Amino acid sequence: MADLALRPARVDAFGALPSLAHGSRFAATPVGPATRFVFRGRGPAIDAAATAFGVALPREACRAAEAAERAALWLGPDEWLLLAPDGEGEAIAAAFRAIEAPHSLVEVSHRNTAVTLSGSEVTKVIASGCPLDLHLTTFPVGMCTRTLYAKAEIVLWRRAVDRFRLECGRSFAPYVHGVLADAAAEFAVAD
Amino acid sequence: MSAAFRTASGGRIDRSKQLAFTFDGVRMIGHPGDTLASALTANGVRLLARSFKYHRPRGLVAAGSEEPNALVTVIRDDGRTTPNLAATTVELYDGLVAVSQNRWPSLKWDVGALNDLFSPIFVSGFYYKTFMWPRSFWQKVYEPRIRAAAGFGEAPKAADPDRYANRFAHCDVLVIGVGPAGLAAARAAADAGARVILCDENPELGGSLLADPSAVIDGEPGAAWAASIAADLAARETVTLLTRTTAFGWYQDNMVGLLERVTDHLADPPDHLPRERLWQVRAKRVVIAAGALERPLVFPENDRPGIMLADAARTFLARHGVAAGSRAVVFTATDSAYAAAIEAKAAGVSVALVADLRREASPAAEAARAAGIRVDLATTIEATSGGLSVESVRLARVAANGSIAPGETIACDLVLHSAGFTPTVHLFSQSRGKLRFDADRGVFLPGEPHEDATSAGACNGAETLAACLAAGHAAGAAAARAATGGEVAERAYAAEGLAIEIGGHFGEVPHGRDASRVKCFVDLQHDVTAKDIRLATREGFRSIEHVKRFTTTGMATDQGKASNMNALAVAAATMGLDVPQVGLTTFRRPYTPVSFGAFAGVNRGGLFDPIRRTPSHDAAAARGAPFEDVGLWKRAWWFPRDGEDRHAAVARECRTVRETVGVFDASTLGKIEVVGPDAAEFLNRMYVNPFLKLGVGRCRYGILCRDDGFVYDDGVIGRIAEDRFHVTTTTGGAPRVLMMMEDYLQTEWPELDVWLTSTTEQWAVVAIQGPEAREVIAPLVAGVDLSTAAFPHMSVADCRILGLPGRLFRVSFTGELGYELNVPADYGAALWDALLARAEALGGCAYGTETMHVLRAEKGYIIVGQDTDGTLTPADAGLARAVGKSKPDFVGKAGMARPDLTGPHRKEIVGLLPDDPKCVLDEGAQITAEANPAKGAHALGHVTSAYWSANVGRGIALAMVEGGRSRMGTKLHVPMPTGPIAVTVVDPVFWDKEGKRLDG
Repeated sequence: MADLALRPARVDAFGALPSLAHGSRFAATPVGPATRFVFRGRGPAIDAAATAFGVALPREACRAAEAAERAALWLGPDEWLLLAPDGEGEAIAAAFRAIEAPHSLVEVSHRNTAVTLSGSEVTKVIASGCPLDLHLTTFPVGMCTRTLYAKAEIVLWRRAVDRFRLECGRSFAPYVHGVLADAAAEFAVAD
Repeated sequence: MSAAFRTASGGRIDRSKQLAFTFDGVRMIGHPGDTLASALTANGVRLLARSFKYHRPRGLVAAGSEEPNALVTVIRDDGRTTPNLAATTVELYDGLVAVSQNRWPSLKWDVGALNDLFSPIFVSGFYYKTFMWPRSFWQKVYEPRIRAAAGFGEAPKAADPDRYANRFAHCDVLVIGVGPAGLAAARAAADAGARVILCDENPELGGSLLADPSAVIDGEPGAAWAASIAADLAARETVTLLTRTTAFGWYQDNMVGLLERVTDHLADPPDHLPRERLWQVRAKRVVIAAGALERPLVFPENDRPGIMLADAARTFLARHGVAAGSRAVVFTATDSAYAAAIEAKAAGVSVALVADLRREASPAAEAARAAGIRVDLATTIEATSGGLSVESVRLARVAANGSIAPGETIACDLVLHSAGFTPTVHLFSQSRGKLRFDADRGVFLPGEPHEDATSAGACNGAETLAACLAAGHAAGAAAARAATGGEVAERAYAAEGLAIEIGGHFGEVPHGRDASRVKCFVDLQHDVTAKDIRLATREGFRSIEHVKRFTTTGMATDQGKASNMNALAVAAATMGLDVPQVGLTTFRRPYTPVSFGAFAGVNRGGLFDPIRRTPSHDAAAARGAPFEDVGLWKRAWWFPRDGEDRHAAVARECRTVRETVGVFDASTLGKIEVVGPDAAEFLNRMYVNPFLKLGVGRCRYGILCRDDGFVYDDGVIGRIAEDRFHVTTTTGGAPRVLMMMEDYLQTEWPELDVWLTSTTEQWAVVAIQGPEAREVIAPLVAGVDLSTAAFPHMSVADCRILGLPGRLFRVSFTGELGYELNVPADYGAALWDALLARAEALGGCAYGTETMHVLRAEKGYIIVGQDTDGTLTPADAGLARAVGKSKPDFVGKAGMARPDLTGPHRKEIVGLLPDDPKCVLDEGAQITAEANPAKGAHALGHVTSAYWSANVGRGIALAMVEGGRSRMGTKLHVPMPTGPIAVTVVDPVFWDKEGKRLDG
């Protein structure tokens, strides 16, 4: 068993689909390979996780915190989605091994795939399938939540007024892409 | 050249542009701003339809979406053919092609009109009475013929090529209807800082202001005022203004469905736009400003083309510059129709007279006389004549004592009539708001609301323009305050315009004709007359809901917008009851018809449901594998080689796995990572099996029951570390098992330090099964000793696979030596390719779910959901030994101990062998003790799985059989339409009973 095959290339599900680009109105751009963990725990483990990860885990519901290309998204009172650049998985897992308080850290880098949605009409495209109120007063920059896009469960995170990150299960990517393309079609005219 | 009935000037049309269109093949010209109805009227076309039952010639009655008669089909192409559109709502575009409906061979010569001659037998309830016998005729003769004759229009046969969009939207205040009240409400709410959505079904905003040349608001003509307010609102970031958008349905908690018609008015709809958009609006407050609809007078032969509502004629004149006829008789019970008479005369229409049912001359009557129009008071119309158009009416005097004296016959080609106005309370009623009966005016008005909704303007009983504006402002301000706390200053509008009468005359007018014979139409679309309603009440139908169903009044596509109050009044008068005692029929969604496409939206074709594909999908597709739907997943079914059919491919795959090795994509199996110091305790409580003592690196087959003791799911559970388990579930069960576990954790055992994370999609899983399995994987796996001594059956280890962090299981769902290799899913395609290349080099093959099913059945392994049906305990399924009976508790422990679940009569899973080895039983077939059981005899169970087993060389089956395990070796029967099949009950393990092959 000596001849180990060469480590194959990572095929991100959204990355395998065509980009949608309609000028300044709307674009869907694959985020590309990323490192993801679900951290679950309570009490002291949450503070320890912040230290290990380098980002304070938000305690406010549906809020994300970012630091140095890493982000922690509140998904529930004891659940956060941790995001980091591709390739940092083993380092993050190692850092969390030092935490003594009971907790759960599970890598889900490949479970999800992500796309950045942006443009002046971005909320209209998202509102084609997401029943939440995306107005800035109710869905401000920095808000994140599990929700639906059409029939797919997604995590939606507002990065800027007109920029969101959408995460979904990798096998749902073609479906989400198809619904996005359909909804964005009406903005596919030249600026 | 201008069309014959186009006025010389005026109207909100662009006379500089011509639009060509055809109706029943005849080419005509209209202008932008026309509807199909106004353009046809301008061209002198008044016969637009044939009625539903009697095929009587019909023309326009109304100018809006309440039109009952003029339903047409608009044709763009085979897939873009829309039947049953009210011509009054079809905006004209260049090249529009419309055809009439419900006629053969043509609109003018319609064979169906014979029905009119036989109308005495087509009374209400005719179908129920006539087609009762012979009973056997209903299915074969009556129903198909009635169905063929019934209904308007024809659904298109080609697929609809258009796209339909969906939009979820939220607002503080939704304003429905953009007439004066709606505009004032939206303006007030927007001024108070509220997020406002306002919608109107028309292409232009302003509602009644567009049709009232006398309207002046704050010194500006009404239509101009509406345009400037609308422009101001449209420019605001907080306001969404939707034209051509109907609020058609009210759902719970201020969720209102809007249908926006995006491209139907365009000659050349651009490809990038959806045809329609469904808006699902969640509003904190709703202001309903839906206005009021004019109510027709019910008089003898009131359905001829050219007999229309007075307000409709005003609308055609003011909005479209169209005179609806050349010589008019106006028949009224209310003042506002006088305006129609005066405006028509001013536009050059000869007005023969106004016949007013009332006895006293109102100021409006005096004004008409001053304008040179003859006014006859206490006058009714008791007959009309004409064929394809009205030609004359016969007047009659109504004396103070009610007696009728026949009067003169007046030639005319236009009859304008008005009984008064009915508030449009449809949406308020849909929202479960209570309607109250205003006995003084005889109308139903919005009462106590159920949802956070207010009605303002004519739909709430306001009769003057000033009152509508004031009510609109107040409602908008109050809605904004309630939704946001925002305030807006008082605003007083100076307004003048035509007042309408909410209320007026109800029911059939007095006339001297034989009431049992004459047709006074109440519901024009369904051909229901006043005598039909009287007949229904005579036959004992007391509730209006029953009268409605017996006569079908109000049940057509217009939902009786113009007819309901008259139907109610006729019924009430016949029974001598007050209107509220008879009741009001329920207003149902949708307000106007909504296309199926709008409801379907994106949910069709390839996007009907998410299609989930595994990482190996493309590789399987490239080999021509068909795919089986398993939940939302596509799973490779079998992998045919040259010329193989399904049977041959599956047989070959089955043999290859047992003889050499097979490669199978198991990625769809549900996976849950259970982590925490209490992980083992948690699983010990969830599953029937004991888990506390499972060693790290070892696996156990787990059975999950519901608390009723029935098998719910199963899967292999591996202990990765003291505090970490890798749980697998069935493909279809993954989400519900995670939900169930989370539910128990949060509600029953919140004290446990354990957490759940779905990892179904994190791992791509490839199963390698067969004697050569170890040989296949050995070069690709590092960090684990694969020898049986070091890594026996039911082992698990984190290791390197293809140099990647992977997780290796030694498990078998075939009974052969087997492994399942897990790598992060983005590498799944590479893993599949690498393993398949290795396996094929050794003489192995890929196999699909069909082969997987056969192989596991040969071993008697059940599939939860196929061999179980939610009523089997683990013991019934032959898995009693898995149950940790010494455990203090687990989910289902009490349930499965219930006496009824432990008796000898339980259905148990057994094997079946047909006496004829070539026979493959039908799954689902019933099993009986006798070969030819009596009809209704008790079945002992049914076949749950049945396959041709190439390895065993015969048909095999699993079945659920009452007391099955006590029947081993006995003969039972599977009665089939082709004759009974004799079977023998056997142990469900058909292959390698000793299990020696698990070690290769």
